[in-house]
Amino acid sequence: MLALILALPLVGFLINGVFGRRFSAKIAGSIASAAILGAFVISVSKFFELYSMDESSRVIEQVVFQWITVGDFSLPFVLRLDPLSSIMTLVVTGVGFLIHVYSIGYMDHDRTPPKFFAYLNLFSFAMLALVLGGNLPIMFLGWEGVGLCSYLLIGYWYEDDAKASAGKKAFIVNRIGDLGFLVGIFTLFGLFGTLDFVAIKDVAAQNATTVSIATLTFATVCLFIGAMGKSAQFPLYVWLPDAMAGPTPVSALIHAATMVTAGVYMIARMNFLFALCPTTLMIVSGVGAFTALFAATIALAQNDIKKVLAYSTVSQLGYMFMAVGVGAYVAGVFHLVTHAFFKALLFLGSGSVIHGMHEEQDIMKMGGLKKYMPKTFLTFAIGTIAIAGIPPFAGFFSKDEILWNAFSSHHGLAGTALWGVGALTAFLTAFYMTRLTCLTFLGAPRFDAHHTHPHESPNVMVVPLLILAGLSMVGGFIGIPGHSWLAHWLTPVVGPHSAAHDSMEYILMAVSVLIAAAGCGLAYFIFVARPEIAAKSAKQLAAIRKVLSNKYYVDEAYDGLFVGPIKKLSVALWKHFDVKVIDGLVLGVARVSKAAGEIARIAHTGELQLYAVAVVFGLIAILGYMIYGINL
Amino acid sequence: MTTTSTLLVASGFFFIGLFGVLVRRNILIVLMSIELMLNAVNLTFAAFSRELEQAAGQMAVFFVITVAAAESAVGLGLLITLFRNLKTVNTDQIQALKE
Repeated sequence: MLALILALPLVGFLINGVFGRRFSAKIAGSIASAAILGAFVISVSKFFELYSMDESSRVIEQVVFQWITVGDFSLPFVLRLDPLSSIMTLVVTGVGFLIHVYSIGYMDHDRTPPKFFAYLNLFSFAMLALVLGGNLPIMFLGWEGVGLCSYLLIGYWYEDDAKASAGKKAFIVNRIGDLGFLVGIFTLFGLFGTLDFVAIKDVAAQNATTVSIATLTFATVCLFIGAMGKSAQFPLYVWLPDAMAGPTPVSALIHAATMVTAGVYMIARMNFLFALCPTTLMIVSGVGAFTALFAATIALAQNDIKKVLAYSTVSQLGYMFMAVGVGAYVAGVFHLVTHAFFKALLFLGSGSVIHGMHEEQDIMKMGGLKKYMPKTFLTFAIGTIAIAGIPPFAGFFSKDEILWNAFSSHHGLAGTALWGVGALTAFLTAFYMTRLTCLTFLGAPRFDAHHTHPHESPNVMVVPLLILAGLSMVGGFIGIPGHSWLAHWLTPVVGPHSAAHDSMEYILMAVSVLIAAAGCGLAYFIFVARPEIAAKSAKQLAAIRKVLSNKYYVDEAYDGLFVGPIKKLSVALWKHFDVKVIDGLVLGVARVSKAAGEIARIAHTGELQLYAVAVVFGLIAILGYMIYGINL
Repeated sequence: MTTTSTLLVASGFFFIGLFGVLVRRNILIVLMSIELMLNAVNLTFAAFSRELEQAAGQMAVFFVITVAAAESAVGLGLLITLFRNLKTVNTDQIQALKE
């Protein structure tokens, strides 16, 4: 039955991909959505089956077929549903279904909707394989599969050169991470002699004292490099903002809700290994915290509605890594789930705005859209409040869980520093998200009302928004501090929840609520109540704004440090090595055989009788040899 | 007339024919030389047939005569076509095999 969860999107992909050529967006989208809905329904039933099982034995396993058998090494294609993967499966199929439905409306005017939905289904298949895979190679298969689909969908409108190269950039940057992931897998196989998650866990538990921590640290750091690529962490985050070139539902599904969280999921899945390597965990939390703050500051000065959300995603992913880095896997997964809700909501909301504004993405040319798109505004505002961390919306609970775990993970300065970075990021998040909402929906319209007529999106787009808004409002209640259902549910996978709860947690909670409220309030004050302050401060802070809106010149630095030299090296290799050495070799062989032919040609005069003479003398020689046995 | 002397005559014919094939430029003469070589072979067959008192050799002669007749017919046919196309029957002017 587990295989069916994977099979349905695959069938949807095949139908749309093979027979879909002439399908309209409605038909293709309905097929794709039905496939995901089917997978979602099965996931829910499997979830309840898991729920009804005994707490210690909550695993459903299915060996679909023997995948690789070489000598005494065999690798089954095994799917495994445990509490962690069940949560992920529900998010992927549930949020995925809503986004599929939304896409029916969004892709209505597209030229090739069947292709789009086929890719979307293929992505769901790969993502589910990543989540449900019972061993590392299946996870890697899904890992590469989602990367491929991400590439295909970012460059979906490939006639536009910039979009095509954004897809390429995503693919190439991900390759760097994937190489790390692959090296990590090899190292783990060398260490433990098995690739199955459960088997690795057993072997690691038996040899916890004898296993080489240095090698294990190397392996886990390699795995984390893979996570950096896929989950857009510093320094491999550069592809994600560019990935916004894809259709907006793709940004919502792949680059916000599901694929980019694969790295967090992978670390939570392998938590028993990361727990053995304090160095790796330190790196993970450090990189996470830095990325969270770094991306949040960039988001302050972006004017493209999707770019703000993209940097916000990078920042929130940093949060999740900070959580898993301090061993708070539950908090990381919790934020993953709530983030999937509200970030998908925000992206779909931005898609609705872009759709209604006829492909306009610059928030400086929006404003006052509340009047034209009331439902989009309402849901977008809910998403903003949720991500800002205002109680009782979803983001508040998960963000506070992370902040508290960061604070209590290390005694003394380190914990406080992590908390400080997290809290500062929370302030910035509240600020830039409110700025985004205010500039888009509130204030006076900054577009030409005579030529642009914004309109509310059709119901097929609005209903998913409303459902996601509902989830963003109540999603946090699965992890109420002290009575966290999620922590209880995940205990069999990630171990008992460690951070103790004391009065300090509630003090910090109050502080972070104040911080979030301050961020929102300040942004509202500057951008709506007193727009003249915004203009004035923009002038005063022009230098900082310039650095931020140019994203700290990281892309330029990469161009100078890596892309440029590699291009130069390639050109040099082409002009000198390829043309001279390789081509020289190949052409040289041709020239040699041609010259040899010219020499042999001398004998071929075309004079028939000369040939006959050769035949006669040859015959005589052979006869002579046969009769007298002359040794020539 | 001994077998040896017959064979000597036959080999004489054969080499005269061979010389003609290799040296003469006119294809008509070349064909005639080939006939001469074939007949030298026929003479050899006949000589051995008498020497060994077996009829098989003389049978072979009839086959060779038949084949030689067919060969002449084909050869002359080719010669005519060649002449029509190239206006010559000299082998040193027909060197199409070179290319």
